[in-house]
Amino acid sequence: MNVTKETLHLATAGDAPQETFVLNLGPQHPAAHGVLRVLMTMDGEWIQRAEPIIGYIHRMHEKMGENRTWAKFLPNTSRIDYLSAMHYTHAFVGAVERAAKIEVPLRAEYARVITSELNRISSHMVWWGALLLDLGGFTPILYAFDDREKILDLLEALCGARLTYCYYRFGGLYNDVDDAFLKGTRDFVKHMQPRLKMYRDLVTDNIILRKRLEEIGPISAELCRKYGATGPVIRGSGVAYDVRRAEPYSVYPKLDFKIPVYHECDSMARYMVRMDEMEQSLRIIDQALDQIPAGPFIGKVPRVLKLPVGETCYAVEAARGRFMVRIVSDGKEIPYRVKLRTPSFSNLSLYEEASRGMILPDALAMMGSLDLVIPDIDR
Amino acid sequence: MMKFLTIEPVRVLLYLVGIIAFTAANAAYLVLAERKGAGRIQRRPGPNEAGWAGILQPVADGIKLLAKQVMVPPGTDSLLFRAAPLMVMAPPLLCLAVIPFGDTIVACNLNIGLLFVFSFGSINVMALMLGGWASRNKFAIISSARVVSQNVAYEIPMLLVVITMLMVTGTMNLGEIVRQQAGGFWHWNLLKVWVNPFMPVTFIIFFICMLAETNRAPFDMAEAESELVAGAFTEYGGMGFGVFFMAEYANIVVGCSLATILFLGGWQSPIGVLSGGWFGAAWFLVKLYALIFTVIWIRWTFPRTQFYSLLNLSWKILIPVSLVTLLLTGVMMKIL
Repeated sequence: MNVTKETLHLATAGDAPQETFVLNLGPQHPAAHGVLRVLMTMDGEWIQRAEPIIGYIHRMHEKMGENRTWAKFLPNTSRIDYLSAMHYTHAFVGAVERAAKIEVPLRAEYARVITSELNRISSHMVWWGALLLDLGGFTPILYAFDDREKILDLLEALCGARLTYCYYRFGGLYNDVDDAFLKGTRDFVKHMQPRLKMYRDLVTDNIILRKRLEEIGPISAELCRKYGATGPVIRGSGVAYDVRRAEPYSVYPKLDFKIPVYHECDSMARYMVRMDEMEQSLRIIDQALDQIPAGPFIGKVPRVLKLPVGETCYAVEAARGRFMVRIVSDGKEIPYRVKLRTPSFSNLSLYEEASRGMILPDALAMMGSLDLVIPDIDR
Repeated sequence: MMKFLTIEPVRVLLYLVGIIAFTAANAAYLVLAERKGAGRIQRRPGPNEAGWAGILQPVADGIKLLAKQVMVPPGTDSLLFRAAPLMVMAPPLLCLAVIPFGDTIVACNLNIGLLFVFSFGSINVMALMLGGWASRNKFAIISSARVVSQNVAYEIPMLLVVITMLMVTGTMNLGEIVRQQAGGFWHWNLLKVWVNPFMPVTFIIFFICMLAETNRAPFDMAEAESELVAGAFTEYGGMGFGVFFMAEYANIVVGCSLATILFLGGWQSPIGVLSGGWFGAAWFLVKLYALIFTVIWIRWTFPRTQFYSLLNLSWKILIPVSLVTLLLTGVMMKIL
């Protein structure tokens, strides 16, 4: 700004002109967890407006769905949100099964629940470590990855992949769950419970962490509804919305688990929701391991899959919230349309409104508490 | 030959060379110690490839940094940009000149040693501020503003604590301060509760202020990787960055040395035996490195504080408490 007579006059009158600047956070910024770019209009360290700019890794997944067969699109779904691949494949597989009326054996459904919940824990572990990294705590992420490694080993033995699993098939699974996996999962549950207690004592109850998250970045339930935020974000705002209960799928109705809800609406509430969710996931796994029946792991599926004309939706509770697949079939082997409703996109949408007037470090702490996966936003 | 070495200018020169070597070795190997310590805390081995157990890692890092081009981004104030790393490195070197490592091992036995250390220690802030400002980078400028307000906030309680110590000891000569603490750990200023029952609190205030002054976690607002990329050093590469990095460790050495001298009896033995001469220097180093280890330990186990709660901590807690200790010490000294 040029120092004109007018501004000088204002300054001497004790009424200095307010000057703002634009801070370009990303697309390569250590706090952005990927290629998210946020244009921030700043007044000093205070954010006036933060505008997320997305699309840096748009990969046309929806369009790719329109030019390959149903089965060939399956691996794509696991690459949308690479941290909760199981849930995403589950949604697509579920949608196709619902449209084609394919029966899934009970053993496969239980195996899906077990692997989905394992995936949820591993996803939350990454979020937990990354959030602490955002807050300047370097050590937790290595402990988190230590636990995650155990899950990855289990799932790798099952389906060969460590990150982008493609374990579910139309009508069942790619491979039966073997005894080694079931035993390994039991051991993992036993290993994880004391670990979660340790994390609670050492990290959650740390005064600096509490000061950095409590009453920071409040997101009201109305704001969540306005932007369609789901998952831990809306549950941290006091709404007990969980797809596993709201639109039950698979064998979740047979399992006993609580939906953690916190009414504080702040970043700590979202943090606590995820920490409690990991405990609940362990409970689910424990029950599913007890109940899993013997039997076939894949049902009868036609060799050439042609879905009846019409559209079908299937939603799952992914680690970040409600992931829904809407498929439209025109009776051919290839989908007419595959619409993916991803949770991170909605969760990021509210960022602009929620971050107004926040100070930069708090805004980044809040962004960490939203648990964004950028490929999931851009898809 | 020995006589030549003891002539005053030659002696001081030798000491200065020694101090520079000490600082450089410390800066280099504290980085390794920090990375090894971090590895220990994080259940991983830390650097272990270069040499035996990673002992050559600092050398490798140094060569890498030296081999890099020192780039001055276009549009920066290139003079200030280049001067900032020098200004950040010189003060801790000068400060170490008056730090007594042993009864006789001191480069320059100044009567105003304490004042000297603080006056030169304050230059650090200015260097960081200039470095950040000259970089012409928004992250760096935010960081500079933070550094200034943080250091202003923490200089005050630190100086109040030092004034308290000055009243207790009655001298600014660092060697004299240590001599007063002779004869076992119960004579250390840390435990002189009969002079001031708040003495351990005073030490804690000093330690917290030292962490904040040296921009160490949990008060590393200047660097704050996850918010400000690298803060004031964002635009620095190669040895420019390397010097900032070394200066951080040199400042820690100075701060911890000062804490050792003021509160932990400097070169005095804690139990009265094995004192004097080189044993003294050994005791001093043991105490110094124990404090430095604590600094490293804190960094890897705590998240970063918020900026405003950092300032609140200083203005609302540390300054009132240090004022109370100052007052209490004055009253106690008047009565006793």
